Amino acid sequence: MARSKNSGSQEVNAGSMADIAFLLLIFFLVTTQIATNKGLTLLLPPKQEDDEPIEVKQQQRNIFKIQVNSLDRLLVEDEPLDDVSKIGDMVYDFIINFGNPGDVKRGSEKVSDRETFESLPPTMKNYIRNSLSSKESSDGPGTAIVSLKADRGSSYEIFIDILDQLNAAYNRVYGERVGLTAEEFRKLNRNDPRDLDLYDRARSGIPKAISIAEPTKVGG
Amino acid sequence: MSKFKKKSNASQDIPTAALPDIIFMLLFFFMVTTVLRETEIKVKQDIPRAEQLVKLEKKKLVTYLYVGEPKEEQFGTESLIQANDAFIGIDGIVQWVNQEKDGLPEAERDQITISLKVDKETKMGIIVDIQTELRNANARKIMYATPQKTDEDN
Repeated sequence: MARSKNSGSQEVNAGSMADIAFLLLIFFLVTTQIATNKGLTLLLPPKQEDDEPIEVKQQQRNIFKIQVNSLDRLLVEDEPLDDVSKIGDMVYDFIINFGNPGDVKRGSEKVSDRETFESLPPTMKNYIRNSLSSKESSDGPGTAIVSLKADRGSSYEIFIDILDQLNAAYNRVYGERVGLTAEEFRKLNRNDPRDLDLYDRARSGIPKAISIAEPTKVGG
Repeated sequence: MSKFKKKSNASQDIPTAALPDIIFMLLFFFMVTTVLRETEIKVKQDIPRAEQLVKLEKKKLVTYLYVGEPKEEQFGTESLIQANDAFIGIDGIVQWVNQEKDGLPEAERDQITISLKVDKETKMGIIVDIQTELRNANARKIMYATPQKTDEDN
């Protein structure tokens, strides 16, 4: 008796399983937005205690000035500039100019500009000795500041373009210092101790000093 | 002729028994990676692209602010700030940041990262105002969220 029961097919027809799975797959394919947690990071300066802006005496040559007006036209170091992509190279030269490296120890790591210079690879040292070391430009990376001042009416798009260029310049400096390209430096995984060591070595003595200045309403 | 016959005797079907398994695997991948949006974005979001992107490690600490022109005409054409699912004014930012901080473990509150998703048509004025408010709220880590620039854009 049991035999006769078994003779009927007891398998579930699984032929349409693939179709059902396809349907679900397409649904998730369409609705998925893989979360992007990527972007340009920036650390804002701490809150001002008073309303009075603190006047810090900074030598003009240690500030790389970028200004944008409401028509998205650029003024870089008081000269008009049309091509945003040139800023990267200019800032690169500005940061590692070493016009007058001092022995004053700065920052949390207490590294002076002269020590920073000594830690650079020979190719960078030669480049600095031959092409840079201008008295007109920054004294050293410890004091060099890049100031970005955008008019209230300028667009966010150009701001991001410039910020991207500034980050590119710093990443290039950091990367070359430890023998990496800018891209490799950017992709260092800071949770890995070996990568973290490279990262710290690249950044010591060269702070990423990007200042977003309070904009003006005038001009345009 | 016999040669041809022999060839045609061989089975020409591709075995498809493993197909459902493959499809299921893909399905599970997408099911796991999908984040169903809990907030509806009410502002235009055409975000400019950039190259030098950094990836954030701790997702828990990231909160989002959306800035752009409202999609619905009734709100006008001026850029607005959207936090969670409502529009907030400039003066509401400090309060909003404090609310977000309350949801985090106490030790990590100062490390909160604000991710700004800003439409490219937005003017810098509102961005700077937001930055000033974030400084007042002591949320100093910010990120301008941008997609990666691809070669075709150049």
